[in-house]
Amino acid sequence: MVAMHSDPRFLDLKRRLTGFVFPASIAFLAWYLLYVVMSVYARGVMSTVLFGDVNVALVFGVLQFVTTFGIAILYSRYANRRLDPVADELRAELTGAPAHDELRGGRA
Amino acid sequence: MSEVSGMLLAAEASSSSRVITMLLFTVMIAATLGITVWASRQTKTAADFHSGGRSFSGIQNGFAIGGDYMSAASFLGIAGMIALFGYDGFLYSIGFLVAWLVALLLVAELLRNSGRFTMADVLSYRMQQRPVRTAAAVSTIVVSIFYLLAQMVGAGALIALLLGIQPGETFLGMDADTAKIMGIVVVGILMIVYVSFGGMKGTTWVQIVKAVMLMGGAALLTVMVLAEYGFSLGALMSDASQASGAGQSFLEPGLRYGVEVPGDALQTLWNKLDLISLGLALVLGTAGLPHILIRFYTVPDSKAARKSVNWGIGLIGSFYLLTLVLGFGAAALVGKEAITAQDAAGNTAAPQLAQVLGENVGGDTVGAVLLAVIAAVAFATILSTVAGLTIASSSSLAHDFYNSVLRKGRASEREEIKVARLSAFGIGAVAIILAIFAQGLNVAFLVALAFAIAASANLPTLLLSLFWKRFNTQGAVAGIYGGLVSAVGLVVFSPVFSGSEKALIPSIDIAWFPLSNPGIVSIPLGLLCAVVGTLMSGENNPRRFAELQVRALTGAGAEGASQH
Repeated sequence: MVAMHSDPRFLDLKRRLTGFVFPASIAFLAWYLLYVVMSVYARGVMSTVLFGDVNVALVFGVLQFVTTFGIAILYSRYANRRLDPVADELRAELTGAPAHDELRGGRA
Repeated sequence: MSEVSGMLLAAEASSSSRVITMLLFTVMIAATLGITVWASRQTKTAADFHSGGRSFSGIQNGFAIGGDYMSAASFLGIAGMIALFGYDGFLYSIGFLVAWLVALLLVAELLRNSGRFTMADVLSYRMQQRPVRTAAAVSTIVVSIFYLLAQMVGAGALIALLLGIQPGETFLGMDADTAKIMGIVVVGILMIVYVSFGGMKGTTWVQIVKAVMLMGGAALLTVMVLAEYGFSLGALMSDASQASGAGQSFLEPGLRYGVEVPGDALQTLWNKLDLISLGLALVLGTAGLPHILIRFYTVPDSKAARKSVNWGIGLIGSFYLLTLVLGFGAAALVGKEAITAQDAAGNTAAPQLAQVLGENVGGDTVGAVLLAVIAAVAFATILSTVAGLTIASSSSLAHDFYNSVLRKGRASEREEIKVARLSAFGIGAVAIILAIFAQGLNVAFLVALAFAIAASANLPTLLLSLFWKRFNTQGAVAGIYGGLVSAVGLVVFSPVFSGSEKALIPSIDIAWFPLSNPGIVSIPLGLLCAVVGTLMSGENNPRRFAELQVRALTGAGAEGASQH
């Protein structure tokens, strides 16, 4: 287990994971906060009517739904392609190894 | 529409509607108890009790996540808020949805791979067990009790309203006040029974059934609302904004949150900061709610956990879009006057809308039936959320506190399950009593407070545990207590608690913190406590950290599904 932590393949897996989830988290949090801050401080912009009764605020709100669904889909596709195969390979190697006791060593 | 909107729910809730409502409530109680009896026969091991044997599929758990998360506050509260304040209710629901990305990207899979039953399993993995588990159990129970209290007080009021009992009126010999207490007691007893007998299996199935009912009910009402407007959203929106009396500003932010007070620049500033603070707590709180976190343990592996969060996001997102239509529909078809006459906070807007829609389609009888159906859906909503909260608290008490702290991990599975069942009784009893005393309180802020504590105490420590090598026992303990105390403490000194007529304790004035939502201060404070606490202690366990990360990322050594 501990040795695996410095295995190049594990380091690659970790880079792949954090390389997606950290930037994505910062992006969606910034995007959400921009929406909240604009709802508070840029009401003039938010109330601009685009067509009919549809204003910027409504479009911005619906876009939050779109980006949430979008990021979830993108992440899942990324995880299926780029994370799962590596994780599966490393897990098979670790659980096949004789050092089975160490796996269960933690009183989690 | 003015004739319709002028009528009150109570006047319309004829005895026929009440009889149907009671009948549906009874059917639902019987069905959920049936599920509980079945589940209790399947519950043998600790993994069965705490995690439903980890054998639910991703889709099943996705529905259960929806059932757990879409509380009465979501269904009735947000629909009512949109009906009364328009856009701001929608804004509130968006925080609840976006928050799920934190759970999906940073928490769900890693937690599933590295823990067993509770949040504390991950927090304490590379720490000294007893102090960290104690802190995590305290925070789990505080968050869950606040959330539970909000649901139960709401349930009492709601059941009285759904049965259409007005002050001064009696039903089955109960006046409104007695009916409220009866509502709290019935909900409390049911959740104790679900959890202590059915464990996580029973709770999960109750949540799945509820999610299907809720989505079905909301979709039906949405189609009926849109049909009234020839399926033109534009026509619905313009009618809603006109009927609201607020005109165009009904469709813009600012009627409910971040309100601009003319001539009072300071109060305006606080109101605006308060909304940002609320937004932060909502978006960062979800992934720290213990009753949500333990749902990820009910599936066989981390891929299923990912799939279940995706289903949850799909269901919750669609539901909030439906709620927008329902809120606008209630504003247009029921009207502000009729809604506030029934309930000042707008919590009955959705059932009232159901009644009006039914009447428009097929007269009083259909109105009564549809009202009863939506009332039953609301009742199911309350039951499944309180069950989820109860099992989160009782699992943490039994697994973290009793077994790990008191018995130093030596308790047998049988003992742990027995203690978990007893804990469900204890927590249920405490919740019933507190809820009866808390009845007069404005409970909306309790939910926001639960989110703020989860975001301040739980999420920072959880993320630091998974990603920061240097993190240690003192940091985890300081982070949890620091976040917990600052969130609760700031609320005690906020205008919600004292110093105004609307406060919990109007007779005293100790309010110096100007915001009613503590998140903007308490979340950074919780994080700061965790970091400073860590750096002030020399403890450093890179080997256990390496082990935790390898487990979390690869799933090696993760608990598998139990074989029955």
